[in-house]
Amino acid sequence: MEAIDASLVDWSRAQFALTAMYHWLFVPLTLGLGVVMSIMETLYVRTGREFWKQTAKFWMKLFGINFAMGVATGIILEFEFGTNWSNYSWFVGDIFGAPLAIEGILAFFMESTFIAIMYFGWKKVGKGTHLAATWLTVIGATISAWWILVANAWMQHPVGMEFNPDTVRNEMVDFAAVAFNSGAVVKFCHTVSSSWVLGCVFVVGISCWYLLRGRHTEFAHSSIKVAAAFGLLAALITGYTGHHSGRIIAEQQPMKLAAAEGLYEGGNGQGLVMAGVLRPGADWTQPSEEDKMLFAVEMPYALSLLATHEKNGYVPGVRNILEGGYTLPDGSTALSAEEKMKRGRIAIAALAAYRAAEDPALKAEALSTLRENFEYFGYGYLETPGDLVPPVPLTFYSFRVMVVLGGYFIALFAGLLLLRRRLEKWRIVLWCVVLSIPLAWVASQAGWVVAEVGRQPWSIQGLLPNVAAISRLEVSSVQTTFYIFLGLFTLLLLAELRIMGKAIAGGPDADDNSQPNA
Amino acid sequence: MDDISILQHYWWFLVSLLGALLVFLMFVQGGQSLVPTLGKTEAQRRMLLLATGRKWELTFTTLVTFGGAFFASFPLFYSTSFGGAYWVWMLILLCFVLQAVSYEFQLKRQNLLGTATYRVFLFLNGVLGPLLIGTAVGTFFTGAEFVVDKSAVAGTAMPVISYWSNSLHGLEAALVPQNLMLGISVLLLTRVLACLYFADCIADETLRMACRKRLWIESGFFLLFFLTWLGGLLTSAGFAVNPESGEVYSAAYKYWHNLLEMPVVACILMVGVVFVLWGMVSGVRGKRRAFWPAAVGSVMVVLALLLCAGWNNTAYYPSVTDLQSSLTLVNSSSSLFTLKTMTYVSFIIPFVIAYIAWAWRVLDKEAITADEAAQEH
Repeated sequence: MEAIDASLVDWSRAQFALTAMYHWLFVPLTLGLGVVMSIMETLYVRTGREFWKQTAKFWMKLFGINFAMGVATGIILEFEFGTNWSNYSWFVGDIFGAPLAIEGILAFFMESTFIAIMYFGWKKVGKGTHLAATWLTVIGATISAWWILVANAWMQHPVGMEFNPDTVRNEMVDFAAVAFNSGAVVKFCHTVSSSWVLGCVFVVGISCWYLLRGRHTEFAHSSIKVAAAFGLLAALITGYTGHHSGRIIAEQQPMKLAAAEGLYEGGNGQGLVMAGVLRPGADWTQPSEEDKMLFAVEMPYALSLLATHEKNGYVPGVRNILEGGYTLPDGSTALSAEEKMKRGRIAIAALAAYRAAEDPALKAEALSTLRENFEYFGYGYLETPGDLVPPVPLTFYSFRVMVVLGGYFIALFAGLLLLRRRLEKWRIVLWCVVLSIPLAWVASQAGWVVAEVGRQPWSIQGLLPNVAAISRLEVSSVQTTFYIFLGLFTLLLLAELRIMGKAIAGGPDADDNSQPNA
Repeated sequence: MDDISILQHYWWFLVSLLGALLVFLMFVQGGQSLVPTLGKTEAQRRMLLLATGRKWELTFTTLVTFGGAFFASFPLFYSTSFGGAYWVWMLILLCFVLQAVSYEFQLKRQNLLGTATYRVFLFLNGVLGPLLIGTAVGTFFTGAEFVVDKSAVAGTAMPVISYWSNSLHGLEAALVPQNLMLGISVLLLTRVLACLYFADCIADETLRMACRKRLWIESGFFLLFFLTWLGGLLTSAGFAVNPESGEVYSAAYKYWHNLLEMPVVACILMVGVVFVLWGMVSGVRGKRRAFWPAAVGSVMVVLALLLCAGWNNTAYYPSVTDLQSSLTLVNSSSSLFTLKTMTYVSFIIPFVIAYIAWAWRVLDKEAITADEAAQEH
């Protein structure tokens, strides 16, 4: 029997990660900048001041440049579920396909229809209608985020479905559980509010650059006022929803929490690592005499409080999850990874027996065994317990980067609101804000690294590991498309950065950014 | 018909409708492929690109929604075709990536690659997009080389349920003359529609004359290729399904019989052809508003053909490697619950069509002038 080439899984993951990370360079700016420019156009409609119209149009110009790249990378991402994860597409397509289709019908058409009015309709529709088109473009983008984040949240915590051995797939039985579970709601709020933060950092950063250059000062101050106020609100929401997200992870993905905290040996009354360094080269899949953490500054009891809402609550570490034996919140005893894998293999063998059996009695017996062990079905595809441990250092450091930068942005926006018109005198602050622009992307990407790397090896948590989710392709095919996408996206990103740089250098007074006679 | 069968047919209708709308909206691609031919001056090229530039996102969105709807309603197709015919789909996607950035970037200063490069990208998308999509859809009638074995999930070494049986991963579809002929027909149809659209929405007499002249050639070649393909389809064997056993078998004149057994679909096809011809003749004679009859006709023709591919106990994605691996509405659809849920969502579609129609009317109320094209970019 043929076996899956491990490098095919790695290259398929690499390609998906590449596309997703590129896509996520553009989407948060679309979501964040979209709201800022809509607020500015609202101010134009309410006050009638031409100044606000020009301000809104300038940010819209940058929005448009960025939007195109988001669209380009997004289409690849959607179809890669089929091209590179074909087994996944069948195994959970009955549930996962619905949010994608709803996204297209409800959100994409709204976005693509009203963005045309937004750009080409200034002289064709009234002020109010144009404003509605601008808001509907942003609302469309946000609804789109809702559905794709519902799909992502479901992958982290599969609910509302049952396995059907006749069709050999999971089938949806509760749409509300899929679309409105707490994980999806929190993920949406956290991701969208963090995108607003990114958009606001972008706006205040560029505005501070104008102040440093002594250009467009009225425009810059007005933009900072709007973006800093909205950014502060968004950053506080991001922090609040981040806390809830942590609690949900503790309940649903304890291994991800353990990796994000660098927690090998868990226990009661666990502290939260505020800062720390992991021992380089430590093997997180095996016990060792040396501590896997070189040093850590901890906030006592904070992790237990976060995870269990109790000061002395029990938080399992990587080792505890692999070895099992601790008491779960529902009072049962956690199984070891070995035991879960054993039950997973029993479930898979029962499925094979069910499919092969013709005698109804044998079929019923196989089905009963399958149902009994289905909870651990995905574990049956794993080779060793160590496969269950995600890359700990990447998850641990990404988590810290995200949290620290989240706190920094709260301070940044608050500082900008406090300084207001005095800001021009503080050139060091202006420089700090300008240099903070890329940090917003670092924080945003780090968040996704925690979410996606931290849940490895699962495509669907506990149900389907990557190794069983892929398409049966030659490794060389995936390698080739990986390098094509890498080259193409990088080239187009460089083009976008240059175009954006030129548009920013031109400033809001520049009537147009196009070549007069290209 | 039981509930699930009705919903499977309903969703095949919706997917077919989206496919038909996609072919119609690919007039944007047809237009892009005509820019070097029709646009003799920079002002003309800008007008042509502004005309399609206001609409490209609708085409793009329809493609994405077509994919999403297929995934939600017939996930086994999504899994088998996208994961197997890897190179065809990847090439199609790459074409659309190039399009997405080119409209926005082409006239911007410091755009790194230069205006000419982005316009070459648009031309490539304009030619390859319809050609490849048409060729891929051709396999709905001629078959593809794949195997599906759902029991593979119960094997831990190789749990992938479907695989392609050659290393070309879909590129082999272009070696089948019927597929290629359909691909060329789709390309030519998009160019016909683009000529009609330009003639309606651009206020430039020279361009209108050029469109009329071009329409002659494009229409002639389209009719030649399409009617040859259609004739071949109706006289060839097709892939039928035994509704009781689910067994797939080859049946002579299957698609011809489908039309006879589904007279409404046959009517849609014939009326569609008449509408397309009406649009072409009106356009060639220089009449205004010739675009809409041809557009409606295109939607009807493609809809009828796709219904023919899936309805009336037909395997819509036949496997020529293993006939019993062929995909049918029954063996590839989502569950009853999911189809029901998605059906409620589909009731919003008329509302979506209404606001798209409103936006279309607003933007196309006045014909594009050279001045407007110079300002908009």
